[in-house]
Amino acid sequence: MKTLAELQAIREKMKDSVIMRSGSGNVRAVVGMATCGIAAGARPVLSALVEEVNTLGISDKVTVTQTGCIGICRYEPVVEVFEADKEKVTYVKMTPEKARRVAEEHLKNGKVVEEYTIGAVEK
Amino acid sequence: MKELSLNILDIAKNSVKAGATLIEIIIEDAGNRRTLTIKDNGCGMDEEFLSVVTDPFTTTRTTRSVGMGLPLLKLAAEQTGGSLGITSSTGADHGTTVTATFFTDHLDCVPLGDYAGTMSTLVQGSPDIDFDFIYRTDSGLKYLSTAEMREILGDVPLDTPDVLLWIEDSLNAPPEEES
Repeated sequence: MKTLAELQAIREKMKDSVIMRSGSGNVRAVVGMATCGIAAGARPVLSALVEEVNTLGISDKVTVTQTGCIGICRYEPVVEVFEADKEKVTYVKMTPEKARRVAEEHLKNGKVVEEYTIGAVEK
Repeated sequence: MKELSLNILDIAKNSVKAGATLIEIIIEDAGNRRTLTIKDNGCGMDEEFLSVVTDPFTTTRTTRSVGMGLPLLKLAAEQTGGSLGITSSTGADHGTTVTATFFTDHLDCVPLGDYAGTMSTLVQGSPDIDFDFIYRTDSGLKYLSTAEMREILGDVPLDTPDVLLWIEDSLNAPPEEES
């Protein structure tokens, strides 16, 4: 088992940085995590998003959260991106690889990855 | 569901939705018998709802009238020769306990899978709820207590990326030997 001392070290490390509470970012990426999403592979998609947002150093502006059934189960795993004053973007049939690309191109650089959106997939 | 850990994630989310402040997840492997218990102190279910809760056409979701979570767990247990049991109370000691037994040597027993990923996902989704996780096998014990973590972390939220990684590493490390 990992030791609790390592947790203590995390606390020490965090002491000097501003702690961001979830919900404080301007951009929200929401992953559908109901039975449908989980069965379709939402858990690794969420992990990839959380990890990539952290790696890219954009956790001050991007919040990754979970929600229940979005209502389009056949398109799961679904990731919705909300940004103030912008239309919601719905990414469908996501994978961890696609999630990392969305993190880099959309969440970080503000450019929607059109080919993964529901509009492109429905055509 | 491809792994039991995904069922666990799914069922524990019901506990979150029921307003639980403490969710206990216990897996015990003894010989070929695996017992999974998910216990919460949420709002509970009344007798009427409890009697129909494993019916796929019973659900609290509003997007459609089908709920597959408990039926899928029931199927996963019964297809190994095991069973599913649920007790619930809406009284002063409100809460729900879901217990499922599996026979792990049965051909149709799904693997336990990535329970560490399930626990970090649960904590990421509900950093203010307490989770107790215990996985006991013949070779030892793995456990996680968010209440204990909170004491050490102080103001640092549980959904901090480093903390989520710690959870996964901690549960993926070899088990402690029980004295």
